[in-house]
Amino acid sequence: MRTGIFIAAVMASMLLVSAVHAASDPASEKLLKSTSDHTKFKALQQEFNSGPEVTKACLSCHTEAAKQIHRTQHWKWEYTSPEGQLLGKKNVINNFCTSVASNEAACNSCHVGYGWIDDKFDFTSEVNVDCLVCHDTTGNYRKPAGLAGHVVTKAMEFPPGSGKIVNPINLKKIAQAVAKTSRDTCGACHFFGGGGDGVKHGDMDSSLAAPDKALDVHMDATGLNFACATCHMTEGHQVPGSRYAPTAQDKGDAHVRGKERKTNPTTCQSCHGQGPHKKNAKLNDHTDKVACQTCHIPSYARGGVATKLGWDWSTAGQMGPDGKPLTRKDAKGNVIYTAAKGDFVLGEHVVPEYLWFNGKVRYTLQRDPVEKSNYPTRINRFEGRAGDGKSLIWPVKIMRGKQAYDPVNKTLAVLHMAGNDDTAFWTNFNWERAVAAGMASVGTPFSGKVDFVTTESTWPITHMVAPAKDALRCNACHSSNGRLERVRGIYIPGRVSDHAIWLDTAGWAIAVLTLLGTLGHGIGRFIASKRKK
Amino acid sequence: MARIYIFKRFERFWHWAQAALIMFMLATGFEIHGSYALIGWEKAADLHTTAAWTLIGLWLFAIFWHFTTGEWKQYIPTSKNVVAVMNYYSVGIFSGAPHPFRATQMSKHNPLQRLAYLMVKLFINPLIWVSGLAYLYYNELAATKIAAIAGLQLGTIALVHTAAAFMMLAFLIGHLYLATTGHTPLAHIKAMITGWEAVEADQPAASLVNESGR
Repeated sequence: MRTGIFIAAVMASMLLVSAVHAASDPASEKLLKSTSDHTKFKALQQEFNSGPEVTKACLSCHTEAAKQIHRTQHWKWEYTSPEGQLLGKKNVINNFCTSVASNEAACNSCHVGYGWIDDKFDFTSEVNVDCLVCHDTTGNYRKPAGLAGHVVTKAMEFPPGSGKIVNPINLKKIAQAVAKTSRDTCGACHFFGGGGDGVKHGDMDSSLAAPDKALDVHMDATGLNFACATCHMTEGHQVPGSRYAPTAQDKGDAHVRGKERKTNPTTCQSCHGQGPHKKNAKLNDHTDKVACQTCHIPSYARGGVATKLGWDWSTAGQMGPDGKPLTRKDAKGNVIYTAAKGDFVLGEHVVPEYLWFNGKVRYTLQRDPVEKSNYPTRINRFEGRAGDGKSLIWPVKIMRGKQAYDPVNKTLAVLHMAGNDDTAFWTNFNWERAVAAGMASVGTPFSGKVDFVTTESTWPITHMVAPAKDALRCNACHSSNGRLERVRGIYIPGRVSDHAIWLDTAGWAIAVLTLLGTLGHGIGRFIASKRKK
Repeated sequence: MARIYIFKRFERFWHWAQAALIMFMLATGFEIHGSYALIGWEKAADLHTTAAWTLIGLWLFAIFWHFTTGEWKQYIPTSKNVVAVMNYYSVGIFSGAPHPFRATQMSKHNPLQRLAYLMVKLFINPLIWVSGLAYLYYNELAATKIAAIAGLQLGTIALVHTAAAFMMLAFLIGHLYLATTGHTPLAHIKAMITGWEAVEADQPAASLVNESGR
């Protein structure tokens, strides 16, 4: 018996020792997940003088990469909607910086390519694909605005005559360190949409580069640490989950290995399935009407970066007493007016607006008729209604703007903003000349007159998912004047505007009358009993 | 004054447990409805559901009890003496006239009580029960064809449930008041607590009631 225990103890200690030994084995610590070390590739052991030279080296091994990129929205900036509208950054007009057309040199620093400076860009060129902008890991890769997506490899003055020197970047080091995409690489453009940090989306800004759990439960840098591509699961460079083709309602189950993955992998349901609430099953009864995001993103712009909620272009162009373009800041130091762009309304911790959304979005495009009226022009309109079986209640950011249009031809204006020329608005602050140049770039007739029209654009809120404990509680919507007060077509217990007034009136009246009747009867009895005595 | 034992132990337990649950559910129910804010919607909804299941459990026991003991016969309606009892409550009660009904073990409810309680048991309770379960399981119901065929929307179910709740509220108010109309204001209430009802031994109306109770 005793010998048995002794042997068992010895064996256990041996196991323990070997386990400790395995953990401290230096070889297992250094295990690379990638099968290649890019510093060892001959093709990358050279000095690069331009971006396309790097791409050429990349393509010498990754032979199909550029062809894959050519098929993406990241490359084409163009998308034809199921409704037949020609969309994409290249074509739409928004109510932020309005349009890419005639501003390519500036805007296209965010294109995954090199040299898209005007409408003559060669979209079939493989070497003009920019690999590094997505695969950089050094954080040193820069595509300065104004260079049409090109990088700077020799120190240069830019803009010319400005006296500002742009420092070169070391393409060799960057190329040798490439790896998978990250929040930083995607964020380099997507955090800054609309012309600055957090401006456009509200649920995406630089705070998501290293968020804490409260800001984003999935991307939490010290927790789950999701990259963008963890949800936007990319195969063959085709990134799923574009807002141009949104999935408003995913009725499928969680994706598992062995099952062919055909549906959008960026939806909540693609991981969490249809019944994610285990502790309180009643919550699962909401998922056929309410998008996950509605409760789980209680507010957006939560990371300390303000987003733009309003933008009035009509006030742009004011000069200070010194004759220089005016800038105004609010108490917090955020810019709320610039001569270049007009007045801004900023917001942090913004409560979304809510609407029925079926995944279809209809845009007002540049040649669509625009009428100045009491109602704002919808830059894009989220379609959907209660009870159509396809719509859920979604949280959205509504961007409210006032922007230039042609009051004679009644079309939205294409504005030539940026450029070192005498028509760009940011150079000479002349609306007519800037719009004339912009309209000419897309071949739209221009009357020569500029007026301003109020506009609204709608943006889905889907990032900055809060931890479960911070999700909305019942009374956020189950109340009068709650978050969903304006969402119609659904009965929400607790919302007085859903009540049948006749029933509540009659019900309380009967209750009160019964009470009064009994009180009267009781008083009668009391008086009668006193009299008897 | 004689004392007779008319409310058995289970019956008293059932009555008071039901009374507490119904008042609690009225309070939480109208908060869920949106009539006022008291303990918060979430807590109200949660507790209302728990109370509902408790009450359903209690009802199941009570139904079993009524049938096994034959007590269900106490609720068979009768038209006899209805007018006399109505006259008592509208006139006689003020002049100190004797109640035309005398409770016995075989017949513990006067004809008006019989009618009122039968209404509660056969109409208001089932209405609350069915509409409440439909409310709770609306998602499951909507997934079946029943909802589509009946054109049932959550709003309709809520409407019926709320209407039934108002009926229950009106009943409760009347019931609470009538509980004070014994020979002393607390006589009926004491009887409901102890089970013993004090009755006048030589009450002339006694013979009438024994007939009507059968």
